[in-house]
Amino acid sequence: MNLLLLIGLPLLTAIAVLLSRNQQQVKWIALLGSVAQLALVFVLFFIFRNERSGGNTTQMLFEQNYPLFKSLNINFHFGVDGISVAMILLTAFVVIAGVLVSWNIEKMTKEFYFLLLLLGMGAYGFFISLDLFILFFFLEISVIPKYLLIGIWGSGRKEYSANKLALMLMGGSALILVGILGLYFAAGRSFDIMELSKATISVSYQQVLFPLLFVGFGVFTALFPLHTWVPDGHSSAPTAGSMFLAGISMKLGGYGCLRVATYLLPEGAKEYANIIIILSAIAILYGAFATMMQKDLKYINAYSSVSHVGFSLLGIGMLTQTAITGALMQMVSHGLMTALFFAVIGMIYDRTHTRMVDEMGGLMKKLPFISTIFFIVGLCSLGLPGLSGFVAEMTIFMGSWENADTFHRVATIAAAMSIVVTAVYILRAIGNTVMGPIKNESYLSLKDAAWNERLAAIILVVGILAIGIAPSWLNDLLRPAAEEIMNRIAGK
Amino acid sequence: MNEFFILMKQELVLTAIIFLLLFIKIGKGMKNESLLSLMQFLLLLNFGAGFFFNQSGWLFGDMYQTTPLIVFQKNILSFGVYLISLLCADWLKKTEHMPEFFMLMLSAMLGMFLLISSGNLLMFFLSLELATIPVAAMANFDLHKKRSSEGAMKMILSSAFSSGILLFGISLVYGITGTLNFALIPIQLDGSTLQILAFVFLMAAFAFKLSIVPFHLWTADVYEGSPIATTSFLSVVSKGAIAFVLMTTLYKVFAPMQDVWYTMLVILAIITMVIGNLFAIRQQNIKRFLAFSSIAQVGFILVGISGGSAVGITAVVYFVLIYVFSNLAAFGVASIIAEQTGKENIDDYKGLYKTNPFLCWILALALFSLAGIPPTAGFFGKLFLLTAGATKASFTFITIAALNMIVSLYYYLRVIRAAFMDKNENPISTIKLGSSVKLGLIICAAGILLLGLLSWVYDYIHSLSL
Repeated sequence: MNLLLLIGLPLLTAIAVLLSRNQQQVKWIALLGSVAQLALVFVLFFIFRNERSGGNTTQMLFEQNYPLFKSLNINFHFGVDGISVAMILLTAFVVIAGVLVSWNIEKMTKEFYFLLLLLGMGAYGFFISLDLFILFFFLEISVIPKYLLIGIWGSGRKEYSANKLALMLMGGSALILVGILGLYFAAGRSFDIMELSKATISVSYQQVLFPLLFVGFGVFTALFPLHTWVPDGHSSAPTAGSMFLAGISMKLGGYGCLRVATYLLPEGAKEYANIIIILSAIAILYGAFATMMQKDLKYINAYSSVSHVGFSLLGIGMLTQTAITGALMQMVSHGLMTALFFAVIGMIYDRTHTRMVDEMGGLMKKLPFISTIFFIVGLCSLGLPGLSGFVAEMTIFMGSWENADTFHRVATIAAAMSIVVTAVYILRAIGNTVMGPIKNESYLSLKDAAWNERLAAIILVVGILAIGIAPSWLNDLLRPAAEEIMNRIAGK
Repeated sequence: MNEFFILMKQELVLTAIIFLLLFIKIGKGMKNESLLSLMQFLLLLNFGAGFFFNQSGWLFGDMYQTTPLIVFQKNILSFGVYLISLLCADWLKKTEHMPEFFMLMLSAMLGMFLLISSGNLLMFFLSLELATIPVAAMANFDLHKKRSSEGAMKMILSSAFSSGILLFGISLVYGITGTLNFALIPIQLDGSTLQILAFVFLMAAFAFKLSIVPFHLWTADVYEGSPIATTSFLSVVSKGAIAFVLMTTLYKVFAPMQDVWYTMLVILAIITMVIGNLFAIRQQNIKRFLAFSSIAQVGFILVGISGGSAVGITAVVYFVLIYVFSNLAAFGVASIIAEQTGKENIDDYKGLYKTNPFLCWILALALFSLAGIPPTAGFFGKLFLLTAGATKASFTFITIAALNMIVSLYYYLRVIRAAFMDKNENPISTIKLGSSVKLGLIICAAGILLLGLLSWVYDYIHSLSL
């Protein structure tokens, strides 16, 4: 399969959106484009599975390599392994849901969809890149869309949040840039991930480069204490913007931490693993407790995202195959879950014009569909078996437990305790908004979800259930790829 | 004789245009509109001339040299001037003395061409003067504005000062080596204290022209006072030319003293980036803002130059090529707005997107390119400068440069935020764009979007600079 389609299709859709004449055309082209993307991604997924079950164990499939800047040895090098395919699936789900949820955007519709599709394209490009330069290009390409989406279509302190987000992510990028330049010169002028993974880089050099790369990508995925853009950015962004930010963009960071920092610099990863574990354990607990104090639904989800993303970093820091598989599952699961969460919050806000938990109540009576979805996503967040959150977190804990020393055990237990806190804030938020008497009389005239909102929610719920009920397909996808990474760490 | 015509073709074309202008001026004269169209055509012709009959060679007893790389550098400058004639059309049409303006601008460019080609310190000094003095007159072209004359005064005084320093440096070099020939000087150099002193004087003169901190103080005032056509010429064409010459001087003439100039470049690059960036944050006037941002950009160019050898040359030439498009687009938008409404403050741009979405997108593209954000070409330009700088493997230096990119993003976002997000009761009214202005902006936008992906441009420059 030609992976360039994954970049070309969103790009073509975005350009078609730009050329279309009116709002209706814009929306339908965007929807059509994202349906096509989803179909394409499913095709990729099934071909990939066929190849793997047919016994093709090459690390990267569908590789393509075109020289770009010959004199600097920069190539358009693409290829996918299980991790990339899982992330690409996630991206396609979130993109289509985001397009559907934004159906009623009135202000500058054309520009909105254009930027949204561009953001999606950046994510696809990032996940299939095997050249660090191109990977960095696709990582950075999302800065403009994110900034403008929050700044123009956002709410609240949107300019402040947009600025904060752009600058903090740029800070992360600056560290990544120095890191990849270091790798480039260390490995005899190559940006190629596959070549770099075979190169021998001295231990002392790895220990310098690893923190640069890990912290750089960590900023994107809310590594404590560099998570501060997350609450502001997510709460100010428009609904689809939050979905993309939390659902896709934060996963870019996690993927980078694993694929670039940990995979290419295993000695560095071993050196700093304990610090990663401590930071992510703090993030998990701090995020959970901070969420308890929030009254605004978007802030609740933003802080709980910090906590949930902490789990995937914890899994990476544990450096066992199971834990890394779990970390990757958590990325996919959290991406779907948080996108759905923000979608539901957006739906509620569109109707009640408030996001404050205290002001709502009894929504179940008038908005049964939205409330049910809210319920499902809440249960997923607190880790109910049968939904994706449970599978992912359980795998991480199992993997963490494989490390038998006290330090790892304590960290695992501390992280596991946060689930209790999660249950508290999730149940309280659901109880106050969905259950109980209707507090505001104007709510009596509210209308339940429209077709587009239903469709978006159902697509994401299907994803969550597919992982929750039958996790083995995702496990089969991720485990061999995680094994490659573990082999490299073990020095095989 | 034939060789003379081929090797100096770009200079000869320019001289011919200048004489033509002179005859037009002496004779009946022409209407501004038709003269402008004629000039745009001739400048395009001049740009095109650069692509034919490229040869390397020496003339006038090694005073003048040319190589395909030098021709390419001159082409970049020619294209910059062509773009200026498109983008500043509105202002040019209104000036009372358009033929003179073009004469001055082309003379300055002729000076720069000779400067890039010079193979001898004497030629170098003469052409540098030719490249500077007309610009001071150009700075004075808003004849009714006091600020314009003030800017011109500052410009002429500071360049006279820097010429004095340069001459002193040259005399020291001559005293040490007994020659002014670029090829013979390095044989005599060994890095003694006196030689370092001579080099410092030469470097100070370069720093004046490139407005490297701490020699940048004239920049903001001159940029603010001058008409935007002059400002963009100063900040793009003139900066580019001097950057090219600086590379030749360092890599060829002062090659034996590499350790000395490397340390010096690192220090200058860091303070230039930091000061340029920090001052840009607080500017209100868009011209002053772009002045400080261009100071910071020069800091980045120095990072690339410090890399040395072919990688450094390629990165710098490529960056200047991209910089021509991005900075001229930014100046172009500023010029259009200033010409139509007289407004030059960033606050005046609030709510611009409502009334002028096209201009806003061009401005955003230009600023994102200057900040080095993909998919714009500026991303590639900046990254390659840093890559070139990193060949010497000093991580602290590259980290400082990379962190400076954050600061610069901060202030570029300020302008974008004003244009796209801030609300305004009475924003700038919708501006009608003339055809040549539109063409210029579209060329710039296309350059910004495509240049990064057309990787053969980079590889071509690389093949020239080997």
